[in-house]
Amino acid sequence: MSDSIGMPRVRVATTSLAGCFGCHMSLLDMDERLLELAKVVEFDRSPLTDIKHCGPCDIGLIEGGVCNAENVHVLREFRRNCKTLVAVGACAINGGLPAQRNHLDLGDCLQQVYVKRDGIEEGGVPDDPELPLLLDRVHPIHEVVRVDYFIPGCPPSGEAIWKFLTDLIGGRTPRLAHPLLRFD
Amino acid sequence: MGGTFLFDGRPVPFEEGQTILQAARAAGHYIPHLCWHPDFPPHGSCKLCIVKVGGRHVSSCALPARDGMEVESNTPEINGERRALLQMLFVEGNHFCPSCEKSGNCQLQALAYELDMSSARFAHFYPDRPVDASHPDVLLDFNRCIFCELCVRASRDVDHKGVFALTGRGIRKHLVVNAESGRLADTDFAVSDRAADICPVGVILHKRVGFAVPIGERKYDEASISIVAMEKGE
Ligand code: SF4
Ligand code: SF4
Ligand code: FES
Repeated sequence: MSDSIGMPRVRVATTSLAGCFGCHMSLLDMDERLLELAKVVEFDRSPLTDIKHCGPCDIGLIEGGVCNAENVHVLREFRRNCKTLVAVGACAINGGLPAQRNHLDLGDCLQQVYVKRDGIEEGGVPDDPELPLLLDRVHPIHEVVRVDYFIPGCPPSGEAIWKFLTDLIGGRTPRLAHPLLRFD
Repeated sequence: MGGTFLFDGRPVPFEEGQTILQAARAAGHYIPHLCWHPDFPPHGSCKLCIVKVGGRHVSSCALPARDGMEVESNTPEINGERRALLQMLFVEGNHFCPSCEKSGNCQLQALAYELDMSSARFAHFYPDRPVDASHPDVLLDFNRCIFCELCVRASRDVDHKGVFALTGRGIRKHLVVNAESGRLADTDFAVSDRAADICPVGVILHKRVGFAVPIGERKYDEASISIVAMEKGE
């Protein structure tokens, strides 16, 4: 890693697909090391910047799996633009909590939640054209695009994300070992 | 007649009848394993314990040691194959660790950490395997079964009840409960059975104790499985 003088900063984009933003919270959970990170990285598309589309980047961090058509588009945009794409957290890696619907019929799920659930009187499955089309199954991101690295955890700790990013930016092969490698 | 073999280049003594895995462990060398348990005869099904002897892959939990053998175990090649086996086990079932009561105490998960498995690599099957919560004291979550048959063996050979069995072949293989209804409640299974405490993963779970041990104090939180397994003789 180096200071900013004369050195272009590493450009990083982040997004949450079918995730809960827990992984982004973990990214912020690096505490004062965020300031150190801010010296060497600059953010492109990310919930932290509100930039709407991803431009050419060095690193893309993806939280969440792929549960709808919009997720597919965003993920492909990231893959096209990011030299290194990283799956962050359980949902991006194996579908996580949203994928717990994968053995159920999607139509039945929607009926159960929006029509048949106790207490619902005039229910109906939302069908606003603005809503992205749901996929029949939630997919880990590596089933849709090529993924370079995986940071497991639900969410991964700020410590794990820090170790990973500093390795990657410092030109070392990132490796998370016990106890930073965690699935829960 | 015993002898000595070379384990990753280091001499390991053995006694007549000892397997490679037993002798290696006695000498302080850990070999990953899932279906092997010190209290039961070798089963040879999971292949996590594979080692290379004379260029061939063998199950170290089942193969008797022989004098002068050269055994490779902790090498990038063998560990890579072990990792691929783990990855297949992960995608074949439903392993959502964050909601699993066994997390932190699970041998499959701990081995994945040990062998640097950061993703399951293959496409997930997401099979449909309903849980059996019928028994008053024990829950069965079939989503996590790795077919090691430890419960089958414990129930049959120690408890003398034969509560569990594997049925189906290949990708259709699954664990069943020996009752006409297929429900655990309709067997004479008891929470004090050996089979109730043998599952290396999160299938056979005692009710009302889930998540009682906080994160940080679970079996594999502090030390990795290669250390815990040797210290506790598991
Ligand atoms: S059985 Fe083990 S690997 Fe599977 S979900 Fe539970 S903790 Fe994770
Ligand atoms: S339930 Fe547990 S002990 Fe029984 S075969 Fe499955 S993984 Fe092995
Ligand atoms: S431990 Fe040897 S085959 Fe499973």
